[in-house]
Amino acid sequence: MADKFDEATQKELAAFVEREQAQARLNATTQNLTSMCWDKCITGTPSTRFSRSEEGCLAYCVERFLDTSLFMVNKIEGKREQARLSS
Amino acid sequence: MSDFLRSTTSGSTDMAARKEALMNSIRSEIALLSVQELMNKGTEKCFAKCVTKPGSSLSNSEQTCLDRCLDRYMDAFTLVSRTYIGRVSKERQEPS
Repeated sequence: MADKFDEATQKELAAFVEREQAQARLNATTQNLTSMCWDKCITGTPSTRFSRSEEGCLAYCVERFLDTSLFMVNKIEGKREQARLSS
Repeated sequence: MSDFLRSTTSGSTDMAARKEALMNSIRSEIALLSVQELMNKGTEKCFAKCVTKPGSSLSNSEQTCLDRCLDRYMDAFTLVSRTYIGRVSKERQEPS
C-alpha cells in the first residue's frame, strides 16, 4: 500500500473533489433540463439546424423552469410563514 | 484504473505524480459518465422521434432522422447549458 497523501495534498484533493462534484451536479441539472425542454420545444422532425422558434423555446424553457422552481419555493415559504403566525 | 492506489514507491515527487493521476482519473471518469448520459438520453429521444414504426431494418429516412436528431440533441444540451449557466451567474451577481 502506498504512503498516505500529506495533509496539504489531502486538503487540495478534498477541494478538488468538491469542485468536481459541484460541476457534476450542474451537469446533471443541465441534462435534466435538456430532456424536459427537448420534449416541450422540439416537436417536429429534426432538420439540419434548429429553427429560430425552437431555439427561442429552448432558452425560454430553461428560464421559465427556473422561475417556476423559485415560485414554488416562495409559495411553500409563504405557507410556512402563515402556519407560524396562526399557531 | 486504480494503479495509482497500488503504487509502492514513495517520496514527494511520487506523491505529486499520484495526486495528478488521481485527479486525472476522477476528471475522465466524470467526463465519461456525462457523455454516456447524454448519449443514452439522446438515443432514447431520437428513437422515439425517428423510429415510430419499427420495420425489419432501419430505413434510409430513419437513419437520416437519427443522424440529424442526435446532432440537434447535442445542440440543445449546449444551448440549455449556456442559458442555465447565464442565469445562475446573473443571480449570483444580483440576488433578488
